[in-house]
Amino acid sequence: MLYAILCYASEDVVSSWNKAQDDEVMANLLNVQDKYAKAGRLGPVARLLPTTAATTLRKVKGEAIVIDGPFAETKEQFLGFYTLECADLDEAVEFARELSEVNPSGGSYEIRPVSVFNPTKVAV
Amino acid sequence: MTELAWISSAISSARPQAMGALLRYFRDLDTAEEAFQDACLRALKNWPQNGPPRDPAAWLIFVGRNSGIDAVRKRAKQAPMPEEDQISDLEDAESDIAERLDGAHYRDDILRLLFICCHPDLPATQQIAVALRIVSGLTVKQIARAFLVGESAMEQRITRAKARIADAGVPFETPGAVERSERLAAVAAMVYLIFNEGYSTNSGEAPARAPLCEEAIRLARLLLRLFQTEPEIMGLTALLLLQHARAPARFDEDGEIVLLEDQDRSMWSRKMIDEGLALVDKALRHRKPGPYQIQAAIAALHARAEKAEDTDWVEIDLLYGLLEQMQPSPVITLNRAVAVSKVRGPEAALAMIEPLEPRLSGYFHFFGLKGGLLMQLDRGEEARVAFDRAIALANTAAEAAHIRMHIDRLMKDGAVRTPAKKAN
Repeated sequence: MLYAILCYASEDVVSSWNKAQDDEVMANLLNVQDKYAKAGRLGPVARLLPTTAATTLRKVKGEAIVIDGPFAETKEQFLGFYTLECADLDEAVEFARELSEVNPSGGSYEIRPVSVFNPTKVAV
Repeated sequence: MTELAWISSAISSARPQAMGALLRYFRDLDTAEEAFQDACLRALKNWPQNGPPRDPAAWLIFVGRNSGIDAVRKRAKQAPMPEEDQISDLEDAESDIAERLDGAHYRDDILRLLFICCHPDLPATQQIAVALRIVSGLTVKQIARAFLVGESAMEQRITRAKARIADAGVPFETPGAVERSERLAAVAAMVYLIFNEGYSTNSGEAPARAPLCEEAIRLARLLLRLFQTEPEIMGLTALLLLQHARAPARFDEDGEIVLLEDQDRSMWSRKMIDEGLALVDKALRHRKPGPYQIQAAIAALHARAEKAEDTDWVEIDLLYGLLEQMQPSPVITLNRAVAVSKVRGPEAALAMIEPLEPRLSGYFHFFGLKGGLLMQLDRGEEARVAFDRAIALANTAAEAAHIRMHIDRLMKDGAVRTPAKKAN
């Protein structure tokens, strides 16, 4: 089964890392992913820009309204995600645990089975 | 990251909120600072044992408040408050209390903390120094290094500025809408000053001053999180990101200035550009243009050009025209003239800047541009005169060296006579 591992953490904390600290964390996270990528189990991965760069489109009374920022104001923000092919939930939890071990931001990983997956390629 | 590193990043990210709340509570900058310092010391002792609190800002506010009250009582020889060990286990209760107390004030607390640093009696450099000390929590040593002055001089400067702020009286009532937007504008201007303090530099100083640019970006993002729908704050944040994205390409290996059109654009930070462009797009949807948005839109046009010759100078000329209407200033006209020279040629640009000379007679960039335009018009002798003025007005060795390069080229092309040898 394909799982999505959704990363939530405080943007305030993550954005207070200097470049060297951020690079270190990213390198460590990449290390964890590497093993899974080599095994052919890792799907698309994304890190998102800060929520200040976000826009939300919301339907209000049938009309689409565009507003600034993410819809919900929360202490932790949605910062990025991984997708991983897992035999069972334990494997997905294990992956998230490995990520969390090298991620000093605190925060959490939400583990959600994927229902529809459509990884069309884009040129980035 | 080491344990100390994550604790210090958790503290520094919680600092503006915690300091803002403590300032409102104690209504005195020194007491608030002491209380915050004390809470940080306790955090260093407590967090490694008990793990990080779920909400570090709430923890620091709660512990800082108790410690501040404790200090005030001790001075009044009254009974002390309980130790923080007894209170800090109640993590949920603690964050509930702090949230109830402070959630509603969060925005105004941070804005106030920044705003008191913008006191109009304080010269810009003092505003910046105080903001970096109080809001960002940089040490006096770090600030002194960034300003390229001695530590004791900086210590004095900050102490004097803080005394002045205390005398002025801090505005504690919750601001009305008009006042809030005035505060926001003053704070935005100060954040821009911090950035420029770090940006206007030469290659030798760049590493020491770069943290000022990074801190300014952090503060701009903080403001934007507090005021998510303010297009000018989007513009400010975008402007800083788009300018800072070019930092790696601004100097060559010898420390010489590399002009925008000659920069290796592959060295620009793609991540910062993407964020900046996203913010410009968001801001423009509001159709409430302002000076930061326009400057950000200009920076965005440079960022979008893959090669210098792809730059949309027609649009840049239009945007500078708009900026001129909003904020008439000879420096903006001078910048516009660069775009005009690309669109309508050096003659038109020269005609545009010549009337500015009386007001910009002390401005390096005026004579640099004038010399450059005259050079393009093959008026070598006049170009030489302008370049000489520019060198005399250069702010950094790199600026002077850059102009000297032009003079050398003029001489090589035979456009000017070799200057008479100086008598020894």
